[in-house]
Amino acid sequence: MFLIVLTVHVLTLTVFVGTAVMLDLRLLGMTMTRVPVSEVMGRLLPWTTAGFLVMIASGALLFYAAPMLRYQNVFFRLKMVTLVLAGLNVWIFRNTVYRRVAEWDLDPVPPRRARVAGGLSLLLWAVMITLGRMIPYQLYWFD
Amino acid sequence: MSVLDFCKWLQFSAPLVAMRSSPWLFPIIATVHLMGLAMIGGAVLVVDLRLLGLGLRRQPVAQIARDAERWLLRSLLVSLPTGALLFMCFATKYYYLTFFWVKMASLLAVLVFTFSIRRRVTMADETRVSPAWSKVVALVSLSLWTTVAIGGRWIGFP
Repeated sequence: MFLIVLTVHVLTLTVFVGTAVMLDLRLLGMTMTRVPVSEVMGRLLPWTTAGFLVMIASGALLFYAAPMLRYQNVFFRLKMVTLVLAGLNVWIFRNTVYRRVAEWDLDPVPPRRARVAGGLSLLLWAVMITLGRMIPYQLYWFD
Repeated sequence: MSVLDFCKWLQFSAPLVAMRSSPWLFPIIATVHLMGLAMIGGAVLVVDLRLLGLGLRRQPVAQIARDAERWLLRSLLVSLPTGALLFMCFATKYYYLTFFWVKMASLLAVLVFTFSIRRRVTMADETRVSPAWSKVVALVSLSLWTTVAIGGRWIGFP
């Protein structure tokens, strides 16, 4: 059962991080530059959100399989911190730069603050994947 | 030389021995492999969703496909070499695991499919491709990639 939840968690990450990456690449002006940013956001974000919800649900189940072990795992703790930071990045972006998206919607390369948000997002998800992958290694490396 | 002998030769070559003797090299390569996988997911999904009439459906298929293909190739450039290294590290073990071969077979199938039939469908003039065939192509692509991913995750299980 745990293995099925783990499989779901890892496979859904391709949907979640995958679509998020395509979104972030558009914000960086590195892909689909002829498509308006609001179009990419509007059409891909529902999939990203759905993926995110499945990630949270499966992640919560994985946590509850052995809560004390996870809580004491340094990689898990850092991963949760990274998740909060990623959420913060999204929230700040949506409430500042993205408010005025109509001004730069059609630009192939968005303004610097949007690019920073996109790049930071990519970096944070990469860190999330790394930390998640390292969770089992606490046993070998630290204990 | 049998396949097993070849695996043995790979696994005990100098670079792979070095990879195994470091406690962090294998996890790092595995992590990079996983990042490549996430990127592949995005590039494939954007196009397959479009073929299914979802996602970026106000854009021409060919335009989405062309942009996505660039990133698909880049992510394969990351996933394939890291995957090869991961395999070579414990080649003789993987040789005996069913799901490893399931993964390899579906990977070969999906790569051939993607760069032949799927490519032809996505790059074709949209008025000439029936929506039914577009959906079939998308579903085949998604099924094969899912098999690759699940096969990969279940490699360790008997």
